Amino acid sequence: MKYFLKRVIGTIPVLLGVVLLIFVMLRIIPGNPVVILLGEHYDQATIDRLTDLMGYDQPILLQFVNYVKGALVGDLGVSYKYSRPVTEMIMEALPYTIRLALMAVVFAWGLGLITGIIAAVKKNNFIDRMFMGVSLLGVSMPIFMTSLLLQYIFAFKLGWLPMTEEGTFASMILPAIALGWNSAGSVARMTRSSLIEVMQADYIDTARAKGLRKGAVIIGHALKNSLLPVVTMMALQLSSMLSGAVITESVFAIPGIGRLATTAINNRDMPVLQGTVLFTTVIVIAGNLLADFLYSVLDPRIRKGD
Amino acid sequence: MFEHEDKNMALNEDLQSQIGERDGIRDKLKRMCRENPLAAVSAVVIAIIILMAIFAPVIAPYGEAEQDLINRLQAPSAEHWLGTDELGRDLFSRMLYGSRLSITIGILPSLISLTIGVVAGLAAGYFGGWVDYVIMRVADVMLSIPSLILAMVVMYTLGTSTVNLFIALSMTGWSSVARVVRSQTLSIKQSEYVEAARSIGVGRWKIMFRHILPNCIPSLIVLFTLNVPSAILSESSLSFLGIGVKVPAASWGLIVNQGRQFLFTQPWLCLAPCVAIMIVVLAFNFLGDGLRDALDPYMQR
Repeated sequence: MKYFLKRVIGTIPVLLGVVLLIFVMLRIIPGNPVVILLGEHYDQATIDRLTDLMGYDQPILLQFVNYVKGALVGDLGVSYKYSRPVTEMIMEALPYTIRLALMAVVFAWGLGLITGIIAAVKKNNFIDRMFMGVSLLGVSMPIFMTSLLLQYIFAFKLGWLPMTEEGTFASMILPAIALGWNSAGSVARMTRSSLIEVMQADYIDTARAKGLRKGAVIIGHALKNSLLPVVTMMALQLSSMLSGAVITESVFAIPGIGRLATTAINNRDMPVLQGTVLFTTVIVIAGNLLADFLYSVLDPRIRKGD
Repeated sequence: MFEHEDKNMALNEDLQSQIGERDGIRDKLKRMCRENPLAAVSAVVIAIIILMAIFAPVIAPYGEAEQDLINRLQAPSAEHWLGTDELGRDLFSRMLYGSRLSITIGILPSLISLTIGVVAGLAAGYFGGWVDYVIMRVADVMLSIPSLILAMVVMYTLGTSTVNLFIALSMTGWSSVARVVRSQTLSIKQSEYVEAARSIGVGRWKIMFRHILPNCIPSLIVLFTLNVPSAILSESSLSFLGIGVKVPAASWGLIVNQGRQFLFTQPWLCLAPCVAIMIVVLAFNFLGDGLRDALDPYMQR
């Protein structure tokens, strides 16, 4: 527990650093943001009033402190384009992204674990080679390619599933597969290599020697220990999954967090972009912490080491 | 007599392979080509693609922006190998020209981020203390922001253009390089020859770049090879979203973006460049994996 507390405290400077980096990066744009916001038709009085209202006349350090203070109580500013609180917009988009990511994770784990285990059992066999070849193909496919292919084949040609998001479970299947496809490849590869490594341990021989069947040994003994690295990798993949969600949400027209970020860029809607980036980063950091926590629960050696 | 020499040589080879360290990078690469044909084939594929990019004007049957409005949206044929787009431009030629940008964007930002990562990692590992703390926390910050989203923010700030895309992608990859270089520096720093160099008064920077850095080179080659495909994927993703390369320039990602509206009528327009991206990424991944096995036994898969 002490170890975990230390890790939590350790993320605070990183979190502040993220806020500072994003804050500075979005504010070094030349020109008064208010002028950009107003476009061509404005008069000086309007500019002054808005600048004052939005606090852009204050020193940048004070603006930063105010932003952090706001963010701590869940206030991420107001959208330029829609004049709505950014937090509200994120909360509206969040369920879509969570649902997408969860389904993608389930798909990636299911497919990755099964193929990884089969490949490890059939090590260097034809099936192993084939699975590993396909998994590398999965890792190397750009996510928009997977999305477009799935959309073309299963939605357009075969007509099995809806083309775009419609609020139903069925309409989320294709995007989830597209998003999970890359991760499934890496889960499979990781499961295979870690299972093969564990299978060489002495206690596996012992279990086999006392007459347990091979399947029982793999599920009861080997898998438990080989899952450790896979769990960590999955949490670290959260970050690339959120990157990927930007693409899948764009292809399948899902109004999630990624879509929010893309439209914010096109609308030059700085507060929304800032809020979404901050939010996704917090999710990534939380995911890493969770992985650490899981790891220390699953493997007591880590806690003792610290 | 000959038998005796043979035995000696065999013994020698055996010893060398046991020591491992004795092999130069060149020997290890030769062994990789022998034992891992897939990696060797990938290297050849990459070389061919780079040559095709360089000689695009010579190979391409049509000009990059040559329009033929009568033959718009043609299916693949003998005249147009991959068909034509909505302006009657030959897709194969466009992809050849597009490969120049896509490959350059894969390699150049990776080199830049490698350089930044090396300097940051060496400094963090060698100096330790607050230098280490600051550099590694900055690396942590960069690593916690999903890379595509970070690149999107940079593109927002700088505006969408090809040069800015280079900057955005150079900024994102250095932190993982810095981590690896730092940890290797930490262990090499303790070795006796570094201490010897220090004792005869060799300067700090010289120790870092002349004595520590060469030991990191195998890992750096691997990191670079695996960084290129992720840069290519980032570029194509950004261009696909319309916040990367701007027309009239063309990259594979942008061609996908433009062909997307014809997915259901002329699917080859966006799937052909997708396949091209996949082949390049796959080749770099195979090569990177092979290099890792050959050069860097300490790095985990």
